[in-house]
Amino acid sequence: MEDLFAPQHNKTNGRYVYTVSEITRDIKLIFENTFADVWVEGEVSNYRPSSSGHYYFSLKDENSVLSAVMFSRLAREVKFKLEDGLKVVCFGCIDVYPPRGQYQLIIERVEPKGIGSLQLALEQLKQKLEKEGFFALERKRQLPYLPKKIALVTSISGAAIKDILKVLSRRFADAHIIVKSVLVQGAGAREEISTAIRELNEYNDSLPVSEKIEVMIVGRGGGSMEDLWAFNEEIVARAIYSSEIPVISAVGHERDWTIADLVADVRAPTPSVAAELVLPRKEDLKEKIDAFSTALKNAFADILAGNGTTVETLIHRMHLAMEHAFLINRSEFENAVKKLLLLNPAILIQQSLDKIKNALRQMNVRIQHIFELREAAFRAAAGKLANLSPLNILARGYSITFTEPSGKIIKDARIVNEGDMIKTKLDKGEIISEVKGVIFNG
Amino acid sequence: MGEMKFEESLKKLEKIVEDLEKGDLSLDEALKKYQEGIDLSRSCSQRLDNAKKKIDVLTKNKKGEFDLKPVEEESLEDGE
Repeated sequence: MEDLFAPQHNKTNGRYVYTVSEITRDIKLIFENTFADVWVEGEVSNYRPSSSGHYYFSLKDENSVLSAVMFSRLAREVKFKLEDGLKVVCFGCIDVYPPRGQYQLIIERVEPKGIGSLQLALEQLKQKLEKEGFFALERKRQLPYLPKKIALVTSISGAAIKDILKVLSRRFADAHIIVKSVLVQGAGAREEISTAIRELNEYNDSLPVSEKIEVMIVGRGGGSMEDLWAFNEEIVARAIYSSEIPVISAVGHERDWTIADLVADVRAPTPSVAAELVLPRKEDLKEKIDAFSTALKNAFADILAGNGTTVETLIHRMHLAMEHAFLINRSEFENAVKKLLLLNPAILIQQSLDKIKNALRQMNVRIQHIFELREAAFRAAAGKLANLSPLNILARGYSITFTEPSGKIIKDARIVNEGDMIKTKLDKGEIISEVKGVIFNG
Repeated sequence: MGEMKFEESLKKLEKIVEDLEKGDLSLDEALKKYQEGIDLSRSCSQRLDNAKKKIDVLTKNKKGEFDLKPVEEESLEDGE
């Protein structure tokens, strides 16, 4: 019976003989169909990128080597650097190259072994959130200075909380710390962390303005990339993004960067640093207060000194002014005194008296003079008078007759009547007579 | 003054220093400000020395009520 499935040609003694091309073509068909989409894990060796951007290398393990190529179009998308010795997982297909009778792995995707898929997921999330503006710098809020209420989202049994509290103790921790304890790794961690952030915001809404939580630290201590993975989850990123309370991320160590770090208002490289960022050092504040206090004293001393000079100047000026005023006043006073003295009634009286005295003296002198003149005249007159004295006439025999008792000199006989008494004065003695008759012959 | 936040006290102190440094105050005003400043710096220093943090754990029960429970820092250290 003829084998229906046997090739029809090149039969030699019942054997089928391939040409090289035939068998190569078959191998190519079989290989390329069988290994169209395969994952191959191995170590990179003989890595040689071409100038055109293709990656040529071999994948090997203890016993075998597989040639590999990644063409530039795809090679450009690889985020990490390939290098000899790196364990990678590649995805691609086996290709047979007939002219050389060689087969190789044509790589579509290459990832570092172990964290490769996480890395890829991270990269994808990062790009997505970046497009949504999650990492925009203008969104970043300033941290409050001296917050009175600080929230911590971390595991209460973890290393981070101890580090944070230890640092806070050394700083000016005049604050109320509110801990929201969460799982920070493993299943459920991302849900707990994101819920805690949301609930703290919800709780904050119920607080009066003066008692609000002013800042929140979200984080955990160091660990492997897988341990920190919750902080790379989208749900956590969205919770941080939506938080009304400013967020400080504090995940792992300095070298660990997570999505949470990118979204947070401030990224602290470690939980301890987060604590340092959130509260100032006591010593710094002390120095500040001391500086203020010194400045205060200096400023006041300056003012005192300034006022001192002012006071001294004022006193000096006052002295000058007083002296001046005194001088003016003294001269004025003296003038016034003079005036006053001039106006003094005593003086006036004195002066008047003097005047009077002078006048009197002058008068006296004059009077004296007059008197003297008069005296002389008087004497002369008196001499004449003496000559003219009726007494002298009487002596010469004349007599004077007066009415009696009225004593009028009788020069007219008609002033007497018969019977009137008359007195006749003689040079020596008098005669009282009664008129016996009046004879008028005038 | 005890009611004033530390930060406000510090700011007020700073303002007083600035006012005094401007030097255009009357002696009376300056003296008043100076006294106030000294009091502030003293109370700030005291608060620095006496500062004590308070730690609470926040939980939310099934009814959606929040609850604060005080924690001793020492108990955290012991739990290590």
